Amino acid sequence: MKTIILRTASNYMLPLLLVFSVFILLRGHYLPGGGFVGGLIASIAFVLHAFANGLGNTKNLIRIHPGFLMPVGLGLSFLSGLSPMLGVGKPFMTGIWYPEKIAVIGGLGSALFFDVGVYLVVVGVTLTIIFTISEST
Amino acid sequence: MTLDDYLYYIILPVLSVSILLVFVRFVKGPTISDRVVAVDLLVTSGIGIIAVYSILTHQPTFLDIALILALIGFLGTVAYSFYIQKRKNK
Repeated sequence: MKTIILRTASNYMLPLLLVFSVFILLRGHYLPGGGFVGGLIASIAFVLHAFANGLGNTKNLIRIHPGFLMPVGLGLSFLSGLSPMLGVGKPFMTGIWYPEKIAVIGGLGSALFFDVGVYLVVVGVTLTIIFTISEST
Repeated sequence: MTLDDYLYYIILPVLSVSILLVFVRFVKGPTISDRVVAVDLLVTSGIGIIAVYSILTHQPTFLDIALILALIGFLGTVAYSFYIQKRKNK
């Protein structure tokens, strides 16, 4: 769509939505939120940018093909599940936590890396589906 | 009159009546543009109700849900208008 209002708004909405998605991702340990919702919000940001500026510009913005994010996210989640077995000798997917609190993130542990992996998978899957659909129509 | 009474007896009935009126426009709506605007207004009234319940139940988490709903409702309206414009150009 060639409207200057929407294009200007989408330029400000894209970083706002991405920051909000990271906030939702980091909050998801004990409060509502998590990797899945954060990933959906991040993909909504890119879909809005694609509506305003065209699909080609959004693809140039992301640079890599979004399908590439899926194996990276799955591998990160698998490694975070594997880390208690390799590190401290506990069963698969046991939550291990760094004992001290860190400023912005809160608690740092294997669950956070699992959530980051889920985030990347959701962004990759959603953007692949939506880009494929909007290219075919 | 406390804040809770004000929210219960004035704000919530006003929002409910407005949702009913908007729903009438959504059902009747002569053109598809009327229906799209009605859906957008329904989402906005829902955001108001979520904000009221966030005050009444002392749950600040609900405000995040209202924020997400506002962003997604905006995207929905943009997508609807995008496809209406595409159909008219054909």
